[in-house]
Amino acid sequence: MRQSLLALLAKEPAHGYELKQALETIFGGAYPSPNIGQIYVTLGRLEKDGYVRSVDVEQANRPNKKVYYITAAGREALETWVEEPSEGPRVRDEFFMKLVLAPMTGLSDRMALVNRQRRHYLALMRDLRELAERTDPANRVALLLIEGAMLHLQADLDWLERCQEDLP
Amino acid sequence: MTADAPVVRAVNLVKIYQTGGLPVPAVRGVDLTVEAGEFVAIMGPSGSGKSTFVHMLGGLDTRTSGEIWLDGRRADTLSESGWAVLRREKIGFVFQFFNLVANMTVADNVELPALLGGVSPRQARERREYLLGELGLADRAEASPAQLSGGEQQRVALARALANQPRLLLADEPTGNLDSRNTRDVLRLLGKVHGQGQTIVLVTHDARVASMADRVVSLLDGQIVDDGAIPKSRRRPLGAAGDVVELRS
Repeated sequence: MRQSLLALLAKEPAHGYELKQALETIFGGAYPSPNIGQIYVTLGRLEKDGYVRSVDVEQANRPNKKVYYITAAGREALETWVEEPSEGPRVRDEFFMKLVLAPMTGLSDRMALVNRQRRHYLALMRDLRELAERTDPANRVALLLIEGAMLHLQADLDWLERCQEDLP
Repeated sequence: MTADAPVVRAVNLVKIYQTGGLPVPAVRGVDLTVEAGEFVAIMGPSGSGKSTFVHMLGGLDTRTSGEIWLDGRRADTLSESGWAVLRREKIGFVFQFFNLVANMTVADNVELPALLGGVSPRQARERREYLLGELGLADRAEASPAQLSGGEQQRVALARALANQPRLLLADEPTGNLDSRNTRDVLRLLGKVHGQGQTIVLVTHDARVASMADRVVSLLDGQIVDDGAIPKSRRRPLGAAGDVVELRS
């Protein structure tokens, strides 16, 4: 979340709650709605690292609010982040561990594991499809994020098929 | 042909190909019953026998042994012309290859099965307009198949298969040539006709399509290894797919 917050602050100074709302608006239902506590913790760390600073803004009849803005060091860090290639997704698949290890323990056979997992992936796909249908067609960002999740899920299913073919 | 007979019943269905050398079993004893209104997706790796299986259900490939019952009627013993009649009356089929009539317009291709089925020209036209509209092809009605892209031809083939509101829709990879927007149109139409009671059996490796089904049948080496409903996901309902999409922290 560090970089997303830096990017938003590079656009304009904001307080924590505005950052939360901005993330929700931009990424829509496909983004895990950030909890406000996480945002303040992250902002605190960014401040400690010298990437953002905050000023207290007085409000009539309310407690002061803290408005954050990005520093030169923050801009530099953001620039580095934008320019470096992003890591590819890592295969860190809990199911694959089960599939390889569980039969050794005699707990389950692979066919049953694969079949159960396939149905589960299809249930997730159905959720994603329904989420896509509910998403505002004008929100390209949210729809692309959902499509990305669908493509990953499709790859997981294809891999499952390969496992079923090649692991006795 | 009782009202409550299953739309499809395959009993110990076997297909063995023999082209010269050794016999190659493609389908090895498949039992499947599909009730009216069910949507069944058939999945499995290539070579698992799934295409051969639906081709046999549509009479496009002969069975080696076993029985096929469609809508309460024994079908595997039919002659080729008997199958042709049965298909015209009861089955809409979407192939991986499209088989559109080259010298007819898109509109005529789609209306033809309905006209052969005996509906009035006006009804056939209305059904065609509805289906092509749903598939984003309203403006292609007067084109000839050769003027269409592969994805467009595939959608026309789906419209044609549904023109007659067949008792059974069979499809083999109906989204195989489509980009994601066109796939969305096809999914929406499949969802609609299924909601109206259309029985559907389709082969797909596309999880978006399979996730629309009531039931998923998995084939491996010509045999069914799984057959059951897609469960409700155990996650909290997705107001947000937050668990699925994780942007790195």
